[in-house]
Amino acid sequence: MKRLSEERTRILFEKLSKYIGSNIKLLIERPDGLYCFREQKDRVYYVSEKILKLSSNIPPEQLVSIGTCFGKFTKSNKFRLHITALNYLAPYAQCKIWLKPSTEQQFLYGHHITKSGLGRISENIEKYQGVVIYNMQDLPLGFGVAARSTTECKLADPLTAVCFHQADIGEYIRSEEDLL
Amino acid sequence: MGRKAKFNEGVLVKKGPGRKSKKQKDPSLPRALKDDETSPNKKLSRRQKLRARKRDQQLKKRQEKQKLNTAKASVQKNARTHIPKKQFSEESESDEDEELDNNVIRPSTKGFSDDNKLWLTPKINSKVQHESSGEDISENEDSEDEMEQSVNEESEAEDSMEIEQDNLSDTDSDQRDEFSPENDEEEGDNDDNNELLPIEKQSIRLRKKEALEKKLANEEMQLNIADQEKFVFPSKKEDLEVQSLQEVQQRIREIMAVLSDFSKLRDGSHSRQDYLKILKHDLCTYYSYNDFLMEKILEVFPLSEALEFLEASEVQRPLTIRTNSLKTRRRDLAQALINRGVNLDPIGKWSKVGLVVYSSQVPMGATPEYLAGHYIIQGASSLLPVMALAPQENERVLDLAAAPGGKASHIAAIMKNTGVLFANDVNSDRVKAVVGNFHRLGVVNSVITCMDGRKYPDFIKGFDRVLLDAPCTGTGVVAKDQSVKTSKDEVDIQRCYNLQRELLLAAIDCVNANSSTGGYIVYSTCSVLPEENEWVVDYALKKRNVKLVSTGLDFGTEGFVNYRHHRFHPTMKSTRRFYPHTHNMDGFFVAKLKKFSNLIPSSDKSKDGEEIEDEANDILIGSDSEDNNAEEANKQNKNSTSSNKKRKRGDGEGNKIVNGISAINGGSKVKKHKGLSDKPKNEKVKKGKSQSEGNKTVNSISDINGGNKVKKHKGLSDKPKNEKVKKGRGESEGNKIVNSISDINGGHKVKKHKGPAKNTKNEKVKMKNNLKQKKMSKKRNITQKK
Repeated sequence: MKRLSEERTRILFEKLSKYIGSNIKLLIERPDGLYCFREQKDRVYYVSEKILKLSSNIPPEQLVSIGTCFGKFTKSNKFRLHITALNYLAPYAQCKIWLKPSTEQQFLYGHHITKSGLGRISENIEKYQGVVIYNMQDLPLGFGVAARSTTECKLADPLTAVCFHQADIGEYIRSEEDLL
Repeated sequence: MGRKAKFNEGVLVKKGPGRKSKKQKDPSLPRALKDDETSPNKKLSRRQKLRARKRDQQLKKRQEKQKLNTAKASVQKNARTHIPKKQFSEESESDEDEELDNNVIRPSTKGFSDDNKLWLTPKINSKVQHESSGEDISENEDSEDEMEQSVNEESEAEDSMEIEQDNLSDTDSDQRDEFSPENDEEEGDNDDNNELLPIEKQSIRLRKKEALEKKLANEEMQLNIADQEKFVFPSKKEDLEVQSLQEVQQRIREIMAVLSDFSKLRDGSHSRQDYLKILKHDLCTYYSYNDFLMEKILEVFPLSEALEFLEASEVQRPLTIRTNSLKTRRRDLAQALINRGVNLDPIGKWSKVGLVVYSSQVPMGATPEYLAGHYIIQGASSLLPVMALAPQENERVLDLAAAPGGKASHIAAIMKNTGVLFANDVNSDRVKAVVGNFHRLGVVNSVITCMDGRKYPDFIKGFDRVLLDAPCTGTGVVAKDQSVKTSKDEVDIQRCYNLQRELLLAAIDCVNANSSTGGYIVYSTCSVLPEENEWVVDYALKKRNVKLVSTGLDFGTEGFVNYRHHRFHPTMKSTRRFYPHTHNMDGFFVAKLKKFSNLIPSSDKSKDGEEIEDEANDILIGSDSEDNNAEEANKQNKNSTSSNKKRKRGDGEGNKIVNGISAINGGSKVKKHKGLSDKPKNEKVKKGKSQSEGNKTVNSISDINGGNKVKKHKGLSDKPKNEKVKKGRGESEGNKIVNSISDINGGHKVKKHKGPAKNTKNEKVKMKNNLKQKKMSKKRNITQKK
């Protein structure tokens, strides 16, 4: 477990801010103790300082995961969010898309969202902004990137994609092996 | 105004028991239907009675008319049967004469004997009469009649049926001929028959047929029983190879019956053992277990229960899920799942998070609720160890064998994501499942590690609670994995419990006894074998400063205190066992230990590993184990130090003091397995001292045995010179002892020296005993010093 470098911290926060905007500071300044981002094998974990301290006893090669894994840095030094980050993205998300029950299953198999499957959409979504996807019962299903802004969505025809799929909770059974 | 705001939506609390709990009454049949089961004589309604009376009167009138017309003496006798016929259709009259002739032979018994008979009918019969008469006979009557005739012939003998027969038998004229004249009461009832509805006749006919079939079946069964009533002990080997499973099952049942009352039902020449042998063989074939596991199961359970267990192990347990209280509540989850077409129920009063799924239209492992982490599929028995552990908030908890993370996530849920949860598993592939489940269920206070649990205390200690759901043979979950039936062997079990012991000791070492809230260890397995359960816990009780406490589970059967030759610690009662046949969950064992001191009993400290190996060798039966022991002893011989010498010398003295007690304990009861950890040098010292001293005083068995043991080590050691010296001394001393036991032992000693490879079993046992006694006394000595 090591601290993130300056540059990597910046990349991470830039990415997160696409989804939760200024709510990032709620992630770092928490009332229930200090929380921090740590990196191991290019994976970024979000964890309480208390737990971090205890985990320092475990040799790094035997430590599989602590706290919550947010994602990983790719070889080209970009940050990729994993579905495991949804726990923290969903409560702070600013842009949301709700899916009709018929499209719900499709999205959970990794498909993009078409206009026809759109149940609701929050106002003022810009193009290529990160969005969190919910079903109509407000269950977070995953996240993606808006392919159209809210205004464009209104005019689009039913088959155009309005949101590109990035991660969905179906991955927990589809690809449990490489979650991290 | 406007739409009513539903502020309390979803929080509505039902009042009262609800509509579903109102029980429907038992169905009540109309009396008319109910009665005809038992007797054809129904109670008539008042109007029916009136009508019947009227009909009677008309009948009488007609009879009188007739009487006036005919008035022949020959007819008079049977008039009562004859007259009702008259109201029948005209065609039947031609046949009537024949019938009458028959009837002449046997006068009715029921009617009146005097002259009144001609017109007077018994009261009962008139009651039975129905408004409907023979006029409305259905078309299909003919075919049915034929059937009925055959039935008639067969059932003549049955007295109980006769009345019914009578009612049916005279509907048609051609049938009349067949009508059996033998029946005595027939004629008396003839007039009722006419009054029955066709559907009633049919039903009566059917019932009669049914009864007949039942009777035949009964007879057949009697024949069968007569054939095989007494179980004949199969004499030859070929008899054992039975062809069909049914025969095997039959024999199992028979042997069970014999064994249940052995003294009465036994076959004089065969012992219970012979019967059990066959039973075991049959059970192995029927349930396809291997011999070894079947024997183990029969040892654990009494016979009838073993059979239930085997039967229950064939059937899958119901699918159960656990609500993830971090993300949702059970009521909300149940509602959401019911909306998806899942049929479920709470698991029972003992759990607030469990749900049983009876049926489901969707796969339970792929609903959006599952993926969102609202529940996890988990066996009912898996909830128990966590409930026993009862973790508190802000504690530091360890799950030493966590994969796939069901129990560990349950712990996190109970702790409400506070404190720290360490989840460890040795298998890196299975750890991935832990990672997946934890992230899916939203567990954020976790540290997931992948290492050998036995080394855990080397890295981190000071936990408040530790859960050890140890790897086991899985004899409690045969339904889940049928391969257990045939794949397990003595060696597998040995491997398992050795690993379990080491893991349990590691788990205990990880716990901080001084923790303000905790200091608890929960040990659980999904096996039913005492070797992997009570024995392991018993071992830990001896090795560490722990005691058994109540698990806090109010059901389940108590753990064994006595099992075969084992005598476990009496507090073993507070452990819990769960069986598929009694609790409808997987076979499971849960024990809760409390650590009361962080000190590890000193004699163990230096050589935990060795001891465990030693004990494994103790258990191994055969000459190999002896050799191993000797080898190890030799190793230790070289390693011995002077400091040990001093300590052990003290032990030697202790031996003297406590000897009496250890002798009383009888050796076998006290199971201290530190026998081989003794350093031979110390033994030398001890031997020298204790034997010489012991000889002066009244000697005890342990002392003599002590000499025996030491000699054996030396006999196999590499130093021939020393050997000779020691041997000489030991024997000379042994000879001095006047005790008879010592003489015997002395004899053995000598033999052993001459041929060290040929050890008799007696010797082994004695050796073990004396080792244990020594250890016992040593330990007591240490504690006394403390």
